[in-house]
Amino acid sequence: MNESLSTKYIEVQGVEQTFKTAKGSFPALRDINLTVAKGEFVALIGHSGCGKSTLLNLIAGLTTPTNGTLLCANREIAGPGPERAVVFQNHSLLPWLTCYENVYLAVERVFGAGSKSTGAAAENKAQLKARTEAALALVGLTPAAQKRPGEISGGMKQRVGIARALSMEPQVLLMDEPFGALDALTRAKLQDELLEIVARTKSTVVMVTHDVDEAVLLSDKIVMMTNGPAATIGEVLAVDLPRPRKRVELAEDPRYINCRKAVIDFLYTRQAHVEKAA
Amino acid sequence: MVSAVFHTPLERATPVPLPPTGGKKAATPPAPAVEAVKTPGYDWRGLWQRVIPPVLGLALLVGIWALVSLTSKGSIPSPVDTFKQALDVFSDPFYRKGPNDQGVGWNVLMSLERVALGFGLAAIVGIPAGFMIGRFTFLSRMFNPLISLLRPVSPLAWLPIGLLVFKGANPAAIWTIFICSIWPMIINTAVGVQRVPQDYMNVARVLQLSEWKIVTKILFPAVLPYMLTGVRLAVGTAWLVIVAAEMLTGGVGIGFWVWDEWNNLNVKNIIIAIFVIGIVGLVLEFALIKLATAFTFEEVKN
Repeated sequence: MNESLSTKYIEVQGVEQTFKTAKGSFPALRDINLTVAKGEFVALIGHSGCGKSTLLNLIAGLTTPTNGTLLCANREIAGPGPERAVVFQNHSLLPWLTCYENVYLAVERVFGAGSKSTGAAAENKAQLKARTEAALALVGLTPAAQKRPGEISGGMKQRVGIARALSMEPQVLLMDEPFGALDALTRAKLQDELLEIVARTKSTVVMVTHDVDEAVLLSDKIVMMTNGPAATIGEVLAVDLPRPRKRVELAEDPRYINCRKAVIDFLYTRQAHVEKAA
Repeated sequence: MVSAVFHTPLERATPVPLPPTGGKKAATPPAPAVEAVKTPGYDWRGLWQRVIPPVLGLALLVGIWALVSLTSKGSIPSPVDTFKQALDVFSDPFYRKGPNDQGVGWNVLMSLERVALGFGLAAIVGIPAGFMIGRFTFLSRMFNPLISLLRPVSPLAWLPIGLLVFKGANPAAIWTIFICSIWPMIINTAVGVQRVPQDYMNVARVLQLSEWKIVTKILFPAVLPYMLTGVRLAVGTAWLVIVAAEMLTGGVGIGFWVWDEWNNLNVKNIIIAIFVIGIVGLVLEFALIKLATAFTFEEVKN
């Protein structure tokens, strides 16, 4: 019983997504079948416009598919919920709240008096405060807790977004190009932090990215998507690299280089042609 | 480097500010100009660029006024006579000699009170209404035609209805203010609610926040800048309308004062009233702009 759960935690079955636009219907995704095991780190990669974010939004429950089903822990995904926390592309912090308050809003919702999804008893203020502080400490932002998003750097904002998502102790962490807007150095630092946090919390993660190195470094499985419109999964690559992973050592690891080559080959050799043909 | 900073304003300050001020009709400005040039270390040039244009503008207004006064052979009082009269009026702004003869201070305060009442009631009704219309498409489709129909109507057209329903001049004036200030507040609040970034609403959806939390933590702060713009427009319109409304209803108030002084053929007081109305409007506007900037977060646009 547990075994079957752990191999199929998130299931995407024959999902198709069509958007209605002014020019008629636009097929974004077709024939998507994907399973994510518990504790697995999956990267969705593809050229821009291939529907990676669309797929992530479907798993988040922010949009509903035109056809097909999405399951999470054997239950149909009916809408968004705190058990599937999302780290948004542009951090989406509320600018009028401090970093602390931004995280607290999520913590209070999940563990506070207003929570209805968890069966556990509501936690008191001190416990909620401790959770919030722990989440901020996890991403190294304790000193900036009382600052507003406008007063901190882009990398710090993204870290608050991650802290907010992690503070909810979600079953699944969904990340939509979380480091896309950051400079290379900050991105590397946050990737290392994320590796560490995920190793510690054993989270199930689905991450959208367009960065090949990021995908290989972080994930257990890379889902490569064909070009849109009507994109689908082109290939799934298992990244068989031992953890903990160190980026410096990996740079010379032949397995790393092979994975990287496979993804690049897919993206730039095979999918580049499809784009021209379409 | 330092010497260059000091030299350029000195050299340029001498030819630039003196000819326009000395050459034109204004007699007072040149004296401080000389002082300004002689004291280095302070950004006098910048100050002058900020001070001279408004002073010139005001001088132009007074100049034209004086010219009109001369050509009209005294039916429009001269600036000097009006200023003397103003000193007299403002020496005792809070006198009371019966219901129709009260100081200018009382008149302004009475008008402000009506504006505050009418505007306050409009805010109580309009802001929640704007929230509802912005939040629910059904309500928006239901009320948008009504708002489009009623908004262009001059608020004074509602005055007779007010007189009929409330059977009194004062409540009718407040009713007129209510009508004119409710539209900008409804519309701006609704637009603000509709423009709340989808990202924030996605956060709310992922967290499954209660409707109350959505309103207090996301909608209200996000809409506040729009709402305050609505408030500013509403107060501006209310202050425009109250003068006209009071001219029609009578009683005590700045608008009535203008009409009363017209009946007395006291044109000096009418001109003073125009200035008073302008200054009060300016102060209201300024205060509300300050309030709005205090609550506007840059990231809202992001």
